[in-house]
Parts: sequence; structure tokens; C-alpha cells
Amino acid sequence: MRSIILQTATKYLLPILLLFSVFLLLRGHYEPGGGFVGGLVASIAFVLHSFAFGTENTMKILRRKPMSLIPIGLGIAALSVIAPTFFGLPPMTGLWFEEPIPVIGMIGSSLFFDLGVYLVVIGVVLTILFTISLTED
Amino acid sequence: MELLLILVLGLLYAGGIYMILRRSLVKLLLGIILLGNATNILIFVLGSLTKGKPPVIDADFKIFQDVYADPIPQALILTAIVISFALTAFAIVLLKRVYALVNSDDLDDLNTPEEEDI
Amino acid sequence: MLLTVLLGLILSIFLVPFGKFVKSKWSVLLTLVPGLIFVYYLFHISSVSEGSVFFQHTDWIPSLGINFDFKLDGLSLLFVLLISGVGTAIFFYALSYLKGHPFIDRFFGYLCLFMAAMMGVVLSDNILLLFVFWELTSISSFFLIGFNNDNQDSRKSALTALSITGIGGFFLLAGLILIGNVAGTFSFTELIDKRDVLINHNLYPAILGFVFLGAFTKSAQFPFHFWLPGAMKAPTPVSAYLHSATMVKAGIYLLARFFPILGGTDLWMYTLVGVGGFTMLYASIHSLFRVDLKGILAYSTISALGILTFLIGMGTKESIIAASVFVLVHALYKATLFLVTGIIDHETGTRDITVLSGLRKVLPPVFLASGLAALSSAGLPLTFGFIGKDLIYEATLHFEENWALILTILAVVTNTGLVVAGFLAGLKPFTGKLPQSFEKVHLPYKSMWIPPLILAVLGLVFGVLPGVTGNLLNHQAANAILGQETSMHLAIWHGSVNTVLILSLATLACGIFIYLSFKPSYSKLQFIEKFENLSPKHIFKGYAVDIFRFSTWYTNKLHNGYLRSYHLKIILFAEILLGYKLWISGPVSIDFSNLSTLSIYEVGVVLVLIGALFIVVTTPSRLTSVVSMSVIGYCICLIYVFYSAPDLAMTQFSIDTLSTVLFVLVLYKLPGFINFTGKAVLYRDGIVALGFGAILSLIALKVNNEPVVKEITEFYGENSYLLAKGKNVVNVILVDFRGIDTMFETVVLSIAAIGVYSLLRLRLKPTEKE
Repeated sequence: MRSIILQTATKYLLPILLLFSVFLLLRGHYEPGGGFVGGLVASIAFVLHSFAFGTENTMKILRRKPMSLIPIGLGIAALSVIAPTFFGLPPMTGLWFEEPIPVIGMIGSSLFFDLGVYLVVIGVVLTILFTISLTED
Repeated sequence: MELLLILVLGLLYAGGIYMILRRSLVKLLLGIILLGNATNILIFVLGSLTKGKPPVIDADFKIFQDVYADPIPQALILTAIVISFALTAFAIVLLKRVYALVNSDDLDDLNTPEEEDI
Repeated sequence: MLLTVLLGLILSIFLVPFGKFVKSKWSVLLTLVPGLIFVYYLFHISSVSEGSVFFQHTDWIPSLGINFDFKLDGLSLLFVLLISGVGTAIFFYALSYLKGHPFIDRFFGYLCLFMAAMMGVVLSDNILLLFVFWELTSISSFFLIGFNNDNQDSRKSALTALSITGIGGFFLLAGLILIGNVAGTFSFTELIDKRDVLINHNLYPAILGFVFLGAFTKSAQFPFHFWLPGAMKAPTPVSAYLHSATMVKAGIYLLARFFPILGGTDLWMYTLVGVGGFTMLYASIHSLFRVDLKGILAYSTISALGILTFLIGMGTKESIIAASVFVLVHALYKATLFLVTGIIDHETGTRDITVLSGLRKVLPPVFLASGLAALSSAGLPLTFGFIGKDLIYEATLHFEENWALILTILAVVTNTGLVVAGFLAGLKPFTGKLPQSFEKVHLPYKSMWIPPLILAVLGLVFGVLPGVTGNLLNHQAANAILGQETSMHLAIWHGSVNTVLILSLATLACGIFIYLSFKPSYSKLQFIEKFENLSPKHIFKGYAVDIFRFSTWYTNKLHNGYLRSYHLKIILFAEILLGYKLWISGPVSIDFSNLSTLSIYEVGVVLVLIGALFIVVTTPSRLTSVVSMSVIGYCICLIYVFYSAPDLAMTQFSIDTLSTVLFVLVLYKLPGFINFTGKAVLYRDGIVALGFGAILSLIALKVNNEPVVKEITEFYGENSYLLAKGKNVVNVILVDFRGIDTMFETVVLSIAAIGVYSLLRLRLKPTEKE
């Protein structure tokens, strides 16, 4: 499935799709989007890349095993769940910065939760698909 | 339109059931996915349909100004879709594994006669 | 008290990881457990004998009225001392008896479990708590009977015992729940005040029947007695402990406990006297025909249990006193005889009394123990057995005029049989000439022959000084059973020669005469076995075979190993249930007024979806079906778009894409579908499937006509920004309101990924390939 057209397109599509996935993640609290969709789009980007260049090359881009994203994501989500307890609030209480940050907007603990979900989804999808395609024979 | 969706979910259920009654492992898996989809639509329809009014508050307001689609079934279905992907992935790998072992897609080939014992 | 009950349970769990300990020389420490419990309760004797009662309450399931309520009164104390005291002897004995056995740790685990359960039974003040412990005794007994699990007979006997006592337990539970419902309490203490309510209730016969079934099965009363001889397949210490001294007495205990609550009616009396009387006679005659030492002891135990049931059934003061004494008498001499049998078996390798003789020359202390026990069982004056027999005759003689004679004759005949059985088991192996083959027999470890000797000597001590145990133990036990003050004066000599004494001596004389003139042999055993066809054991076995055949047939029909046939049955069943519910809930109407509008795009999408579905179902090609599946997914995605669910649409789109990739990655190498099934089956499945779809559609239609409660929706809608600063309500629900759910969803996803990873990375050995 190594086609020049696909490879060339993917070169440009990968960053664009990744950017789009981050965009979906960040705006999820106000507009349609969020961690799940963002993570799925990002994984689709990598899957596309693996179709064009082969899974081994995609793994090289990722630099690490996709599975390592799972604990990182779970850790971030769990942290955002228990973070409020350090301030004497019940777990899962939304914590927010006072001022919005340019480009990103309001930042709160739920954004970190979403980020955790995002990373877990990428980790899970890529682990499943890459494990399958790497153990094809 | 509700009627149409109700027809669709009935057909999806029928298709799913028909598929899980077959002997093939792959068909079984497809049947389960169909049943999942049917259930999603069932939940969606029962949450009453609203056209063109997503459950997103307008940028300038703090609460809804207008009727809006029910967000609860949507949240439920979103979770269900993602989980069903995990299920599908696991099942399909299981299937691959079974195929590698038994070299067959036929469920009946998986039956090993159990030892007769009291 | 709770601690003493739990101690055994804890120890038995403790033995799982530290089982090796039992095999070491420190194993003697194990006997500390029953020993300490025994000593602990010994200290309660003085206060209990003055009439005080101890309570302990610990909450367990307060909402159901089930709590760890323990009560220690005279009756409980008698049994607790019996359990822990005999238990100590048995623990000592078993350590040597099973020395070097590979599963000795397991054995002690079961034994501890049993002891704890038994303590729980006799200490519970809550009838449901009692039931829990009751079942635990059945289960531990099952494991102990089947301890030699490589022997088929052992396994069969264990199963028989479990099924009989299990069925009994089932009825008992029904009875106990009925009692709780009628009386409104599960506490024994409170139930005593509800006696009038209970015995005048319509359900009284049913309650009584259920409780009796529980007690009869446990205490091996006719016609449920046959599991007990089978249970003798257990190692001898177990037979001594469970099947003569303690567990089988649980049924007797239950009857005694319920006497002040349910007893004293005609129904109570006639049933118990009838069943107990028949059992004691039947078993006492049967015991004479056995040639296996354990068989003799098993039947004489059944007979003794019959006597106890009989005595509690009579329900007079004398009979209850007799019962409370006889429990102790029997436990002492029967445990001794069993332990002696164990020694004989251990040293000579046989239990056949036609072979055994003259062992007194090689096992003198064992002979002493055995002889004392046999004499006590025969009721020779100065033994404890004499006191017990005395009381029994006194009870029967002073019963209602027209019954006294019949019951007394019954008791005399039974006791004569028991005298013979006691002599056969306790004296016969030791008297006569010592055959050459047994000359090399030698005494076992001290820890094996000292316990039976102590028990036997205790029988003698109590016999000489009956007042001691009478005042300390039996008096309050009888009070607890009767629920009122009794006067009890146990004495060896009542001052004059009366009918009771004459009867006692006559029994003894008859017994000795029969013992001397009657020699058990195989031909007599065969003779009595001819009646087996009529015995309940045979009938029960027949039923068991039929049930087994039926369940095999039934299982093969329903559980045939074909996944699709399971599916078919489950779906058909669901269809019938749902269809019935739909049918009785009235017709479905469609309210056209509040339906949303329909556009040509939507119709188009739905048509494509239906077409794709049709292809999925019918196509013979895998790839086609996978592609059609993704078409269905995209159509659903479009439906979400039409009906204001952008988040869903995006997720469905991505997931659908990934699923297709997944399918193609895995499946594109597999061959096409083969059509295995015939046309008729296809039609059948099609009809079933369409039926299910139609039912679901009808349900959806019906629900759609109902008004929707929007409370929760409105809560989320109004508070999404105010509380969680988010405007996309779906996302706010996922990451904020229901964030913990999402958290665990990601955990599930991770588990799936790890599962996939490990499934695929698992390397197959060539031998595993088929």
C-alpha cells in the first residue's frame, strides 16, 4: 500500500490532523469536541501515516511505544480528579484559573481531565492497531 | 421521522439477532456490533429527537435561551460508542487468535467433547 | 463468645498458607485451640449453673434482622463443652492417627472449620445465624467424609450425606423463615414469648414439619438415617467427632432449642415419639447384624439419636432431664468406642469383628478404655450409662397411663440391643484367643490411646458422682429446654429396689445373654441385607438415579454446546416475556402530532442504511460485509448530525473508521463465509430475528408516546455553565458531572488495550496448534 500520492498527502495531513485534534480537545468544553473525539482524530492521523509509510516508521515518529501513553493519560486524569482535595475541596471539583489564557481560553482542571482522556484514547487505539499490524505474520 | 428511526432500530435488532444465530465467528461479531448500534439508536430515539439545536449554550449567554436536544442520551451513547470500540477490538483479536489456533471460523469446531464424568 | 466461634474459622483459613506447620513437630499447638475454648467455657460453669445467661451482640446485617447474637445458657454450655472437650481429645488423637498423611493440613482445616461451625450452631441466639452455621457443618462434614477423595465410595458417601443434610437444611431454612414471618422476630429469646402465636397459627404444622425435616436429616432419623453408616468412610477421628459426639446431635439440639417455642403439642409429641421410637428400635436391631466395627457403632449411634428424639418428643420433665443426661453419656462412651476402633483399625488393619479377638493381651490400656465404654453403654451400675438408662426408664414409666407400658417395652428392647452392640464393639475384639497374626500388634503413640481412656474414665467418674454433672450441667440444660425450673437429683442409688432398677438389670441380663448366644457372621449380614430393597436408602437411590437421568437429558437439550442454540433459546424466551408484557399492556397508538418533520435527505440516509444492512446479512463475502458495516456506521453518524448531536456524530465517524481499519487488518486474509445451514433453519432464524426487532420497535413506539421526564436534563442544562463553566453540555457531563464514570471508562479502554496486546504477543507453542 505504499503509494506516492498517499505518502505525499500524509506528510501534510499528519500535522494538520494532529493540530485539528488538539483544537477539538481544547474547545470541547464550549463547542462540540472533547477528549474522546480529539484522541480518535489524532489516532486516525497516525493510522493514516502507518498506512502510507508502514507501522515501523510511524513508531519511529512516535519515539515511544503508544502503550506508554496510557499510564500517562490515566495519571493526568487521576491527578485532575484528586487535585481539588489538596485545596480542601471534594474530589472532581472544577478548579479554574482566574484569567483566560490567550488562544486557549479558560483553563481548568476539567481541561486536564480531558487531556488525560485524549492521551488514553490515543494510547489505546494505537496499541491495539499497531500490535495487530506488527504481529501480522 | 421518529417512526422511521424506530423502523431502523427494529431492523438493526433483527439483523443483529439473525447474525448471532449463525455459525460463523465473524458473523457473530458483526451481529454484536449491529445490536450495539441498534441500542444506541434506541436510546437516542427515546430521548426525544430535536432538530438543529445541539445541547451547546450560545457563546453570549450563560444558560439556554431556546429548546435544546437532550444531552443525557448523547453522553450515554458517546460512552457506549467508545466502549464498544474497545469490545470490538478485543473480540476481533480474540477471533484472530482462535483462527490461528483452530484454523476455522466455524463455531462448531470450537466444541470439544467434554469428558464424561459424574 | 464471638471470638471462640471465630477462632476455629480463623485457624482454618490460617492453615491454608501455613499448612506445613501441621506437619512439623509444633503441630501439638493445634490442640490448644479446642483446649483453650474448653477451658474458657469451663470457667462459665459456676455462673451458668446458678442460672445466669450470657449474651453477646454484634451487628451483621441489621436490616434483615441477622446479627451475631450469641447466647450462653445451660443447654448451650453443655453442647459447647461437649464440642470443645471431645474436640480436644480428637485433635490429639488425629495428630497421631494421620501422622505423615500428605493432606493432614487440609484435614485440620476442615476439622477447625467444623468445630467453629458447630460452636456457632449451639451458641446462636438468632435462628438465621444458626442456619448459616448449620449449613457450614454440613459442608465441612462433606469434606471430611470425602477426605479420602481418591476412593470412589468415600466420594459417594460424602455426596449422599451432603444431599440428605442439604435437603434437610433447605427445609429447615423454609421453616425458620416461616417462624420469623409469623412471630416477627428471629431471636430465640424473643421467640419463647411468641409460643402461643406460633402454635395457634395456621402454618404451625408446616413450620413444625420443616423444622423436623431439618433435624431428622441431620440427626439421621428414619427414613433419613442411611447417610450415617455411609459417612463412616471418613477417617475414624471424624466419625468419632462428627458422626457420633457432635454434629449429628445438632438436630437434637435444634429440637431441644425449639421445645419451649414449638413443643408440647400433640403433633410435636406424636411425630417425635413415633419417629424417634421407630428409629431407635430399627437401628438397634440392625446394629446386631453388622460385622464391621464402625457399622455396629454407626447403627447404635442412630439408635441413640432415636432415643434422644423420642425423649424430647415425650416432653415431660423426666424425659427432658433424661435427654440432657443421655447426650453426655452417649457422647462419652461412643466417642471412646470410635477412637478405640480407630486404634484397632490402625494397628491390625481390619475392623471385622469375626476376625478380631484377644487384643487385650497386646493393647491393655486400650482394652481398659474400651471395656469401660462398653460397660457404660450397657448401663452397668456405677457407670454413667446406668444413670442415663435409669432416667430413660423413669421417663417412660411415668408417661401417660395408656402409653407408659408400650413406650417402656420399646425402650427396654432398644436398650437391650444397645447393650449387645456395645459389647460387640467394645469387648468382643479384646476377649477370646489372640490369633497368631495379631501377636505383633503393638500399642500406638500415647496421644492415641490416652484420649479415649480419659473419656472412658470420665464416664466412670460421672457414674460414681452423678450429682456433680447433674448440678453443674444437666440441671440448667434441662431448665433451658423446658423454659422453667426443674429439680434434678441424680443419684446412683435411690434408696429402694424399684421398677426402674429391675428394668435396668433385666435389660443388662438380656443383653449379656444375647451377646453370649449370638455370634455375628456374614451370613446374618447377608440375611438382613435382603431387606435392602425395602429400605429408604434403596428408594432414595432410585430417585437419585432418575433425577440424574432427567438432569442429564435436560442439560443435553438446553446446554448442547452450540452457541447459536443458546442464543436462540435466550432470545425466544425474551420474546415470549416481552411479547406477553406488550400484549397485556394494551394496544399501541401513534400520536402523529408531535413527530418531527421528515426531509428527503433523511429518507435517503435511512434507505441506504437498510440496504447496507441487507447486504451485511446476506453477503457471502467477508470484505463486503465489513464495508457494508461501515456504511451502516456512517449512516448512523449522519442521523446523529441531523438530530443535533455533533459530538456523537464525530465520535461515531472516527470509531467507525477505526473499526473498519481494524476489521480489514485482521480479516482480509480469512476465506469467505460458507453457508452451513439449510433453508428451513435460515427461515426460522429470520422469523425469530424479525420478531425480536418488531417487539423492540413496538416498545420504542410505546415509550415514545409517554411523556418524558426532563428534570435531570434541565438540571444539566441550567447548571452546566454556572457550576462547571462549560457550554457544551455533553462534554460537561462527561468530564465534570459524571467525570468518575469517564475516568473508569478510560480504565476499561486501557484494560482492553492491554488485553489485545497480551493476546497477540503471547507466543504459541507448536504443540498448542491444532
